[in-house]
Amino acid sequence: MTVPAETAEAAPVKRREQRESVVIRFAGDSGDGMQLTGMQFTTESALAGNDIGTLPDFPAEIRAPAGTLAGVSGFQLNFSSLEVYTPGDNPDVLVAMNPAALRVNIWDLKPGGILLADQDGFDAGNLKKAGYATNPLEDGSLSKYQVIVVDMTGMTLKVLEDLKLSNKVASRCKNFFSLGLCSWLYARPIEPTLKWIQDKFKKTPELVEANARVLKAGYHYGETTELFAIQYEVKPARIAPGTYRNVTGNSALALGLLAAAEKAGLPLFLGSYPITPASDILHELSMYKNFGVYTFQAEDEIAGVCSALGAAFGGAIGVTTSSGPGIALKQEAINLAVMVELPLIICNIQRGGPSTGLPTKTEQADLYQAIFGRNSDSPLPVLAAATPSDCFAMAYDAVRIAIKYMTPVILLSDGYLANGAEPWNIPRFEELSPIPVQFRTETEGFFPYLRDPDTLARPWVRPGTPGLEHRIGGIEKEDVTGHISYAPANHELMTRARARKVAAVAQDIPPTAIRGDQAGDLLVVGWGSTYGAIAAAVDEVRARGKKVSQVHLRYLNPLPPDLGGILRRFKTVLVPEMNLGQLLTILRATYLVDAVGLNKIQGQPFKVSEMTGEILRLLEG
Amino acid sequence: MSDTVVATAAPKLTRKDFVTDQDVRWCPGCGDYSILAQVQKVMPELGLPREKFVFISGIGCSSRFPYYMNTYGFHSIHGRAPALATGLKVSRPDLSVWVVTGDGDGLSIGGNHLIHALRRNVGIKILLFNNRIYGLTKGQYSPTSELGKTTKSTPLGSVDYPFNPIAVAMGVDATFVARTVDVEAKHLQDILRKTYEHPGGAFIEILQNCNIFNDGAWEPLTDKASKADTVLLLEHGKPLIFGKNRDKGVRLGSDGRLQVVSLGNGTQEKDILVHDETNRAFAYMLAHLENPTPIGVFHATTRPTYEDAMGRQLEAARQRSGVGDVNALFNRGETWVVQ
Repeated sequence: MTVPAETAEAAPVKRREQRESVVIRFAGDSGDGMQLTGMQFTTESALAGNDIGTLPDFPAEIRAPAGTLAGVSGFQLNFSSLEVYTPGDNPDVLVAMNPAALRVNIWDLKPGGILLADQDGFDAGNLKKAGYATNPLEDGSLSKYQVIVVDMTGMTLKVLEDLKLSNKVASRCKNFFSLGLCSWLYARPIEPTLKWIQDKFKKTPELVEANARVLKAGYHYGETTELFAIQYEVKPARIAPGTYRNVTGNSALALGLLAAAEKAGLPLFLGSYPITPASDILHELSMYKNFGVYTFQAEDEIAGVCSALGAAFGGAIGVTTSSGPGIALKQEAINLAVMVELPLIICNIQRGGPSTGLPTKTEQADLYQAIFGRNSDSPLPVLAAATPSDCFAMAYDAVRIAIKYMTPVILLSDGYLANGAEPWNIPRFEELSPIPVQFRTETEGFFPYLRDPDTLARPWVRPGTPGLEHRIGGIEKEDVTGHISYAPANHELMTRARARKVAAVAQDIPPTAIRGDQAGDLLVVGWGSTYGAIAAAVDEVRARGKKVSQVHLRYLNPLPPDLGGILRRFKTVLVPEMNLGQLLTILRATYLVDAVGLNKIQGQPFKVSEMTGEILRLLEG
Repeated sequence: MSDTVVATAAPKLTRKDFVTDQDVRWCPGCGDYSILAQVQKVMPELGLPREKFVFISGIGCSSRFPYYMNTYGFHSIHGRAPALATGLKVSRPDLSVWVVTGDGDGLSIGGNHLIHALRRNVGIKILLFNNRIYGLTKGQYSPTSELGKTTKSTPLGSVDYPFNPIAVAMGVDATFVARTVDVEAKHLQDILRKTYEHPGGAFIEILQNCNIFNDGAWEPLTDKASKADTVLLLEHGKPLIFGKNRDKGVRLGSDGRLQVVSLGNGTQEKDILVHDETNRAFAYMLAHLENPTPIGVFHATTRPTYEDAMGRQLEAARQRSGVGDVNALFNRGETWVVQ
């Protein structure tokens, strides 16, 4: 279906075509501003009413040598008039600012897809760095794509001629040319970006002028050039009513922690050490000082968690944030928190490992570490967010559980959720569930390890409370009194009590939602950031009449009490994970089900097609 | 006037208020007993309610200390007490937070936390019991053991060059650095009082005897017959004179180094250095003086504490942006409404 476009006077008449969904990937040198371009295009798309999913993909090196394959930075966005679950498998459009970006990304572009390249970036030097003997834009090797070559750098410099900017500064504006051009191509409003430029560069008015000019130049170029005959339109998606904003997983997680602390009426104390991809939580919480948030950049990972535990002892919401390698360092202190039974929130924004691994790439291979990674029997609740905006809900619930049960809680996110963005239906603070806190002040009948009969939680006492002076520590405690005890029977009793307490968290887990039928041929069970790819795949396969359902776990320890019954209602259970089968092992051990795994360990999220392929293979095989 | 203040204060505390019902389990004859006794004696005199004191320790013999103090206490993990104490003090500046550590806990496994807490000037009081040996693990050398020391893990003698704890604290710009001795009850009490009164982070090295694994480690400094000649008492504003007959002193030589000299033969008291605990450079030189061994306050200065600086930042943010409004924060940036 086509609609006539509204046209400017001088512009040629262009056709406007509808698209249901578009996947676009911006790729360039890590200094080319591709992340920024992608994020602005995301904002424009969200304001146009589309549902969206994003995937930034950047190198571990801050500035790899310009023009090299190692320095390629990309940002993929899926915007749609339908519900979006993932950033999309293969892009419909690839914007490549140089040959290295082309080389790294071209094999993902859909056949017939649009390749938009910056002519200036494809000079002899850059071609050589990317390993091209001839210019692929000219040698016919890209014939299965619609190749559109635009001299973005040249035109950028031209529109800035009179501004007397250095060549270097001026050419760095070229990403706004690509943004303007793509904005026109998909009929996105550029006003939000113009406003953003005003804000971002308000201290340097010449950059406001330069970037705004280049953005508009790109937009108008799309309108007037004959290279583009069609403008595409993606209608707004049907989304639940509400006020929305875009949110990344890390941002949502920070907001969830803050909201929970505010709800509990306690100060939030973050003890953290910078690590990719968790650092943005530290950055974000550092901006909330007017909420009374303490952010302490510690000397190391261990001090990060220890300071948070010290603050928890003092009556604050103690939080530490890190990624797998940092969590490994924190485990002894987490174990201390298990022993002293204080609330503590440990956020692991997982990345590819082991060791330094793939710092900027995603993986979900720290589930064993979270559940089993401490010495001795050391149980604690483990939660995992499913989508960027779900990081808010799970961070909030992690705080609630930690306080209610007086226990450390590990919250798992990952690099894909952390940096990926999606629209967030903004809640009203007043409508969030209460987080009651009861500091003990009554001296009569006080014992540090006298447990609440329902939750098995011990009392939380703030130092400074008269008459309740007491000592806690890592040595085994006598039941009730909390005195040091090496008595054999007491140790077993306390070990079992700690386990029972964590098991009791199951009573707080909501009934497990099943996407699809309650019973059937195949159940796909996932956790963490695979949610979107699984949901999209299950929908797709169900549309073909298959009896496939999805369960996505957000509570991994303890597991939901109804999970065993659900698993048994399906002939086959498939567990896709970005690891070698960690949840799979746990499900098999816990429920004695013959579940099978689908495992991808490439630092990249699952594609929907990989998921549907495996589901169909299992159904047919 | 001062009588009035005392009269309206809380009920007077005594040593017994700071004693717990737990059996003290250090080896008989351990220097820790004396330290515990002096701490329990001084705490009630400081005018702070008992519930405001928190003792945090790591792992080691000394780290059992909190169990014997009837205050709030936290026996944590090896080396990490300064980090726990930092989190507590930053978020609860109203508390008097004390760290009890040893030469292994504080300078080996926990060295990193110790130096960072001191350089930040977190207002925590660190008592480091230095017995130059690992006691709880039954007798391995420690990072303060002397070169060549024969222990279970160094049968042929240690080849590890030791830390000088005072120099470590000086090296990271600690604002209060002192040394005392387990058996010098009065001196220890005096240092504890000064430690409490110091407005900021404090580092106290307490020379302590392990009578099981390193007996007599500090004997020349504690032996009644020798100590007048081996110990130099540092007192602010007083000359650095020592010796049984007060006939020896420390002066600054023309080569810029400290010299130990005998008084008489043309050397007069006016040639002897007068201790100035505010003088960082001299304190650093004194830290390296071994014979005699200085005890007392090496250095005391003031610098904003970490918790005050952070508290002020939070307050300034509230002044600037108003008390945080969660709904406003949720709705920050570009938002859109779906009907």
